[in-house]
Amino acid sequence: MNVAELRAKPSWRSVKSHLMTGLMGLALLVVLAPLVSVLWSISSRGLGIVTSAFPAFFTAEIPQISRAAGPGMGPAIVGTLMVTLGATLVAVPLGVLGAIYLHEYGRAGKFARLVRFMATVMTGVPSIVMGLFVYVMWTLRFGYSAFGGSLALACLMLPIVIASTEQMLRLVPDHLREAAYALGTTKSRTILTVVLPAALPGIVSGSLLAVARAAGETAPLLFALGLGATAYNAHFFDGINTALSQQIFVNATSSFAGAQERAWGAALTLVVLAFSFSVVARVFVHARRR
Amino acid sequence: MVAESIQAARTVAPPRVRPTLTTVPDAAPTVFDLTDVEVFYGSFRAVRGVTMAIHKNQITAFIGPSGCGKTTVLRAFNRMHDTTPGARVAGKLRYHGVDLYDPEVSAVEVRRRIGMVFQKPNPVPKSIYDNIAFGPRVNGVRERGKLDAIVETSLRSAALWDEVKDRLSASALGLSGGQQQRLCIARTIAVEPEVVLMDEPCSALDPIATARIEELMRELKSRFTIVIVTHNMQQAARVSDRTAFFSTELDSATERRTGTLVEYDATAKIFSNPGDQRTENYITGRFG
Repeated sequence: MNVAELRAKPSWRSVKSHLMTGLMGLALLVVLAPLVSVLWSISSRGLGIVTSAFPAFFTAEIPQISRAAGPGMGPAIVGTLMVTLGATLVAVPLGVLGAIYLHEYGRAGKFARLVRFMATVMTGVPSIVMGLFVYVMWTLRFGYSAFGGSLALACLMLPIVIASTEQMLRLVPDHLREAAYALGTTKSRTILTVVLPAALPGIVSGSLLAVARAAGETAPLLFALGLGATAYNAHFFDGINTALSQQIFVNATSSFAGAQERAWGAALTLVVLAFSFSVVARVFVHARRR
Repeated sequence: MVAESIQAARTVAPPRVRPTLTTVPDAAPTVFDLTDVEVFYGSFRAVRGVTMAIHKNQITAFIGPSGCGKTTVLRAFNRMHDTTPGARVAGKLRYHGVDLYDPEVSAVEVRRRIGMVFQKPNPVPKSIYDNIAFGPRVNGVRERGKLDAIVETSLRSAALWDEVKDRLSASALGLSGGQQQRLCIARTIAVEPEVVLMDEPCSALDPIATARIEELMRELKSRFTIVIVTHNMQQAARVSDRTAFFSTELDSATERRTGTLVEYDATAKIFSNPGDQRTENYITGRFG
């Protein structure tokens, strides 16, 4: 017997295999192209602005006259952090508790099905409608504040947190629950000591997805934070505030070159911020796992 | 020629399982007393007509073909069916005279006294130490010294201490299948139950690991009452004092197969001189 006999024979099947592999590679490129081009244009145009006024770009206040060129996104960075953190503190505990109810207690009951349905509906509500909702329910009564922005973002995050957490709880195998039950553990204690730790990595990454989505939201913040804030406002519950996404919108739509440059810088800052959120969360999850 | 040899092969009976001639003290106190126990999944009656007594400090084995309800009955002993939607237990299942399914009885309290080892080793994704300490912690043991002592004695009882003593803080998931199952046994006995239920504890293990678990069961018998479900008749013959043979029968009303208890006796009797033809057929390998 020689090698030629054992060599693969040219066949339609191998042609198809290569064809499909090629198509998949092409699909990957199609998906990557916009992502890479977005990252490229943001960093190529934003990096110069940020570094030319470093670190003033991150610390200085926003110029009051938008015509003026030069640095300052400090208040917007602080505002984004405040609003996002506030929204996370509202949405993640509520969402995780809701998902625990849905999966561990309500299961296929009528009320659980209703809640699950409402959460799905909530996912489809456009963010500007959520902004309007918070504007009517909160801002008109209590005035502009970072907290209003947090509420609006929390409304957007909540259904994502619920859905992803429930999915993660579903992935926790029942034999782990049984292991705890067989030792005489109560249901609530089983959830706290076995189910949640097992689902934690998934819950964190699901919540992160929600945070990342919320951090970039603009429309609801226009309603809740008010427009025209250029100075630092550390009051969480009081006074107009601003956020990076809002500054990108305001400055990019301005007709002045200086403002447009600030918008690029703000865009880069926002991307880096969102990216570092996920790095921190992943490091945290990894550390907990060991 | 060929037909003859096939014929010859058919008539040769499979080798009989040699029973271990343990004497079964009938006077041993009763732990469980079952009268006409039935288990339903929704409207489907999975098992019916189970009447038996489980005795203290003995190993009772449940054998029978797949789907005959051995595991279903075992899970009724510590109310594991409570976690299955639609499952229901009927009849009387008494534990030291108390009806386990009395509305006043808490499943949590029941399971503290009646532990369970599952078919698939199921350590929780924590360290070896935390797996063993889990039960005692649930029961309120907080002092580190006490926990350390419980972990060590439990692991020693489960013949695992020497293999893991240097890596107690390593993940339990890094252990081999046999070690994981011994860990699960150690975890079960760490809460000092009276009864240990074992649901095919060796089915996922190799023969050497199986032999270790069987040896362990014989040692643990003096401290615990053990009920084991097994697919392996030799295992039942090797380790148990009493054997219950379950089988299925066609339910004429629903046209579905329902499991039932066929025969329950001393293991030596079941494997040498069974009283029921169906038991005889099963243990000689003629069906199932």
